Amino acid sequence: MTVNTSRRGFLKAAAATGAVLMVGLRPDGVLAAGGEGAMLNPFVRIGADGSVTAIVKHIEKGQGPATGLSTLIAEEIGLTMDQIGYEFAPSDPQVYNNLLFGPFQGTGGSTAMANSYLQYRQAGAAARDVLIRAAAAAWDADPATLDIVDGIVTGAGQSAPLGDFVAAASGLEPPAEPALKDPGAFRLIGNPDVRRLDSEIKGNGTAMYAMDVHLPNQMVVMIARPEQRGALATGFDDAASKEIKGFINAAVLPNQAGVAVYAENTWAAMQARDALDVTWDVSAAETRGSDQIEAEIRAALDAEPVYNVNKSDAAATVAAIDGAASVVEKTFYFPLLAHAPMEPLNCTIEATEDGGILLHDGCQFPTGPHMAMAEIFQLPMEKIRINTMLAGGSFGRRATPSADYQVEAALAFVMTDRSRPVKLVWSREDDLRSGYYRPAFGHKVRVGLDDSGSIVGWEHRIAGQSIMKGTAFEGFSVRDGVDHSSVEGAADTPYLIPGAHFGLTDTEKATSTLWWRAVGHTHTAYVMEVMMDMAADAAGQDPVAFRLKYLDGGEADQQRMAGVLKLAAEKSGWGNAPAGRSQGVAVHKSFGTYVAEVVEISGNADDGVRIEKVTCAADCGVAVNPDVIKAQMEGGIGYGIGHVMRDQITLTDGAVDQYNFPDYEPLRISDIAQIDVHIVASAEAPTGVGEPGTPPAAPALANAIAAASALRVSSLPMAENGVSFV
Amino acid sequence: MAISLKLNGKSHEVDAEPGTPLLWVIRDELKMTGTKFGCGVASCGACTVHLDGEPVRSCQTYIEDVEGAEITTIEAMADTKIGAAVQQAWVELDVVQCGYCQSGQIMSAVGLLSENPKPSAEDIDSYMYGNACRCATYQRIRAGIQRAAEILEA
Ligand code: FES
Ligand code: FES
Repeated sequence: MTVNTSRRGFLKAAAATGAVLMVGLRPDGVLAAGGEGAMLNPFVRIGADGSVTAIVKHIEKGQGPATGLSTLIAEEIGLTMDQIGYEFAPSDPQVYNNLLFGPFQGTGGSTAMANSYLQYRQAGAAARDVLIRAAAAAWDADPATLDIVDGIVTGAGQSAPLGDFVAAASGLEPPAEPALKDPGAFRLIGNPDVRRLDSEIKGNGTAMYAMDVHLPNQMVVMIARPEQRGALATGFDDAASKEIKGFINAAVLPNQAGVAVYAENTWAAMQARDALDVTWDVSAAETRGSDQIEAEIRAALDAEPVYNVNKSDAAATVAAIDGAASVVEKTFYFPLLAHAPMEPLNCTIEATEDGGILLHDGCQFPTGPHMAMAEIFQLPMEKIRINTMLAGGSFGRRATPSADYQVEAALAFVMTDRSRPVKLVWSREDDLRSGYYRPAFGHKVRVGLDDSGSIVGWEHRIAGQSIMKGTAFEGFSVRDGVDHSSVEGAADTPYLIPGAHFGLTDTEKATSTLWWRAVGHTHTAYVMEVMMDMAADAAGQDPVAFRLKYLDGGEADQQRMAGVLKLAAEKSGWGNAPAGRSQGVAVHKSFGTYVAEVVEISGNADDGVRIEKVTCAADCGVAVNPDVIKAQMEGGIGYGIGHVMRDQITLTDGAVDQYNFPDYEPLRISDIAQIDVHIVASAEAPTGVGEPGTPPAAPALANAIAAASALRVSSLPMAENGVSFV
Repeated sequence: MAISLKLNGKSHEVDAEPGTPLLWVIRDELKMTGTKFGCGVASCGACTVHLDGEPVRSCQTYIEDVEGAEITTIEAMADTKIGAAVQQAWVELDVVQCGYCQSGQIMSAVGLLSENPKPSAEDIDSYMYGNACRCATYQRIRAGIQRAAEILEA
């Protein structure tokens, strides 16, 4: 296995091999093969020594694309997993664009596998095709009689390692539509024994994250930031900073958003920043507190919604509910949340010998920073290169439409003479306090039931801060004024709910809003699934059976949702919890993937809740790497549950109240005793797995707490709203 | 001031001011990057190293206090019996996701197994409490420690 995540490693690897075979896209978008110097951007590169390298276009932040995309190539060529390595693709939006995003290279919306499944398999199949034809020519054999097994070309009474045919194959033209393996013949795709390719380096300290970049002569920069968002730096006194050994200089950023503090090393930068006395102009700064944000959202919920999201007859829904035998209603509030990836944000910029710029970054949307760098440095795009490093988590944070931290680093670099590389480092405090959050949202829902306990009307109002409006992604997500990311998972629910009306009102942004693992589903799933539970309760029906009524008689969408719900119920022993235990269920579709979860707790809200077991059933189409999918579900569940237990970002007079992990407490190992994940066998196209595990976890926990305590938690986090945990 | 450190069996002379956290000497001066920065306030465990065999948070351990002590980092874990077993278990079970917390997790896991060769799930939960994993790989960390205990017993 070869893993080259450093620029030097990449160049060395490229230079060391003689002949190479590359398969990838030509500039006109056609799949092609070629040798060294071919005008194409490869998805796979094979050296004459037989080394095969998958060129991974999606960032590896733990969710497993390096393993997943390598699996696709290895499967189609006919390799074992230890015969393939990977590299991250350079930033080139024309080639490595995410097919589901348009001409923009990025990883998000759990799309990595969805958009690459065919593309990477075709690249592998094309490589196989030209290698076999090259071998057939060498052996004067019929290509149809040859095969590649475990990296060896065999047939016609001969066998040789595939590297032997690399030179000849690089001159052949692959078919436009290379024949793909029959799924029945898969040996790697769907194989639960396939291991991650990055386990070893991440367990022995050799994995290189952007934080580990150490260029000769580099400076470390930290930014002194205002307490209140939007305050502007007008000057500073650095007398105390000058006492710090290793402090170099300080300068107000060109956009006045803060003061860049330059130092010889990280510790000096931290101390010098703390010692800096900055003068702030707060006249345009944010002064609102979270109480006002919440009040604004609650007021919006009490008014007529601005947008009729599903273009339904609102008056008819209201009339049906008003005439219903019983009505359940609830108002929900979701606070701001920080992403807090384990690796604090950072990146390093250096000038290159050809007058360009090289950015070392664990970035999630390379195209965004790429364009921002071009603008700041006034350079053509091809003069900017990005060395994509491993990312220590992201959960959406490394993908800001404004390329926020890369722009900060660029501004800090542009103010220097560019002779020394600049490494921008954020502290955990910067991370929690610097303003990009899952927006606060409120929901107000009324559900009417007839006397047989069937839903006759569902009135659902949503209010909150749009993520996409005012960003480059507005056109991508906003239709007729409705930001889809505000209502996804509610207005497009697979449930067949009679008389459903969804309304939306945008509230003013008090912070920068940003997608956070599973985006809108983080609040819509909670509301849909708690309301379903309340309705089932009012109807006197079992929560699983009640939900299935609204998935009955539907299409594949409803059937797949019902499928995971039944599987989770069966595997969790639904309805047969041991004495002293209570269960709660939730099911949700997000990013094309269906996930049901049953949370089993002991205790209750007053005496203390302990999460004993989470049972998860997921249907994500073809399960390329089942064990990676399981891990993503485990992690998604933990991420969802950890935040609703005790986390929120609050503001006082425009300043964030939280500083570091002690006041934004991460999920800990003792919080969830056990997680069991079951994957539905499927032949459907693969869908995402990074996010869909998160949405059902919190409502399933809330429903379990309600079963134990008759407390319906409708404002989060739970620990601040009546639930104690042990 | 000049300080001599003993790290992974080798002596190093470093120049650092008193009050400098060991973490930054390891990362920035010695350029050993397996030990990670996550919070700087002893609440995440990403920076865990061993001081005379005991796990400590290097972000809150000051350089002047470690002179003469035996410091061990993740880079030397493969050379120890328990470290190698934990690393093997981690690979077998694919514990890692983003991986950023995992050096610290492994350093703490080795600390636990050194004093308790057969930890129960509760023992693991209480010993590993301070090692945060934002990817929530906890289930596999627990299983990984128990697997390492098995490997060591064999
Ligand atoms: S960096 Fe030391 S405990 Fe977090
Ligand atoms: S593996 Fe990502 S923080 Fe632990």
